Amino acid sequence: MSAPVAIETIQLGKTYGSVTAIQNLSLTIQSGEIFGLLGPNGAGKSTTLRILITVLEPTTGKALVLGHDVVKEADTVRSLIGYVPQERAIDRFLTGREHLELLGDLYHLPKADAQKRIQELLQLVNLEDKADLVAKTYSGGMKRKLDIACGLLPNPQIVFLDEPTLGLDVQSRLKIWEHIRQLRSQGITIVLTTNYLEEADQLCDRLAIIDGGTIRVTGSPQDLKAGLGGDRLSLTILHSSPDKLAQLTAGVRPLSFVRDIREMDNGLDIRVESPEKSLPAVLEVASRLDCAVESIEYQRPRLDDVFVAHTGHALKGEFPDVDTE
Amino acid sequence: MNIRHYKQEVLALTMRWVRRLSREKFSMLFTLVQPMLFWLIFFGSLFQRAADIQVLNAPNYMSFLAGGVVVMTVLNNGLAGGVDLLFDKENGFLERMMSTPIHRTSVILSRYLFVMAITGMQILVILGIAFLFGVTPETGLLGIAVILVIGMLFGIGLTAISMAMAFSVKSHGDFFSMLGFLSLPMIFLSSALVPLSAMPGWMQALAFMNPMTWVIDAVRPLIISGWTEAIPQVAIALIILAIFDAICLYGGAKAFRRAIG
Repeated sequence: MSAPVAIETIQLGKTYGSVTAIQNLSLTIQSGEIFGLLGPNGAGKSTTLRILITVLEPTTGKALVLGHDVVKEADTVRSLIGYVPQERAIDRFLTGREHLELLGDLYHLPKADAQKRIQELLQLVNLEDKADLVAKTYSGGMKRKLDIACGLLPNPQIVFLDEPTLGLDVQSRLKIWEHIRQLRSQGITIVLTTNYLEEADQLCDRLAIIDGGTIRVTGSPQDLKAGLGGDRLSLTILHSSPDKLAQLTAGVRPLSFVRDIREMDNGLDIRVESPEKSLPAVLEVASRLDCAVESIEYQRPRLDDVFVAHTGHALKGEFPDVDTE
Repeated sequence: MNIRHYKQEVLALTMRWVRRLSREKFSMLFTLVQPMLFWLIFFGSLFQRAADIQVLNAPNYMSFLAGGVVVMTVLNNGLAGGVDLLFDKENGFLERMMSTPIHRTSVILSRYLFVMAITGMQILVILGIAFLFGVTPETGLLGIAVILVIGMLFGIGLTAISMAMAFSVKSHGDFFSMLGFLSLPMIFLSSALVPLSAMPGWMQALAFMNPMTWVIDAVRPLIISGWTEAIPQVAIALIILAIFDAICLYGGAKAFRRAIG
């Protein structure tokens, strides 16, 4: 049942003099999954990524990409991976095609193979008609497409993307997500860093929350949310009193789907398994015990809650989140 | 190391610089009509009368200056050569290149080859213009070839210094400040403009320790004196350059390694 492991890091650490960027970082990434490193700026996600793509050497621990050590077998790793950087790493004076040709040579591809590959990629990212114009003339979106084409040039088994949708509008973001899902459908493993909760939630199969240089928790978005102990049902009653609340708690507790109950000032915070049964059942108990319900609120746990639970603070990105619904 | 792969990388990287130059029309113009030419023509003509031929040990000031201008060209190009890599570092292009399986030295070697090719052409233009002004190299075409070789050897150390600067500074503003801070003293505290014997004591001492002086003192006799005087000077220059290059390459490699994590 277990897929082969694409990447494994063992107690990875990186210090710059007295500053510790990351420490004791251990994670496993499965082949064919979209794995996210979620955390605020400065958390250590870029550092981790750069160690995995071999442009940075760890101070302690080790990392294996497709079974190869990133330090001892760096060149092997480099020939198997693709990288789409955060900045538009583009030379304004070269044409799109020339970028790809240059990379083709840097990956030691024979000319004929490279040409074929370049044609495929230009078609894939829809840059064919602009391929022979200099990158100076490209719009932001086109530069991003070129970035992606460059990252895919060596036909990599793993593609690393550093904040792929940073600063993009909603349309472009959704398009990039589609691209990434397509890559996954071709069996490519994707590792991305992000500080957008929405992105981690909707796009990633699994993610690791990184904060202050260490991993706080790893898992799929669903598992992480479920791990919080279920959905939350908040009940507020009129004419509340400690007696009434105690009665209500006693009445609700035996219900099968109830995980946990906490008494609040004017009502209860109940952790439940699902809305369908819990809502009517709780209302029924309240009515039976003569507690007039003022309001009832139902909340599914969101990734924000997961983040706060494991790091103790909210995730503050530099750019506003798209949609936090 | 796979030689074929190495050649492929270096060629592709060098062609990148060539392509860029051919697209930056303004740069191309500047490259051909070099400021150094103005130095040669204007300084050379200006100081005709003021320069004492006895002191110079040369037929005229321009022929004296030509040797200095040639080496100044190597100095300026060599020290400034790293700036494009600095820009690559700043915009992430360097990181992109480093994530590919290229040999870590290809990037530097390609830059060196490009800068030296341009420098070689500029030296030929300078000697050509000097020729028009009556300066004929005493050692002929072979002597010119030797001048080019010495220039290329000096360029190795200079490129290493430039790379070290490019990888150590925090911003390109710092790079240019450092460049100015290094190149002007190196030029004035050398035999580029006047012979050492004409300098005040303290300047002589400093110029004596400047590798550039030794390079100029090898190039100059190749232009104005002839093989008998030139050969021993060239030999000395080669030894000094060997030491200079070794030190610079060592320092440059350290700076490079520190920058690349």
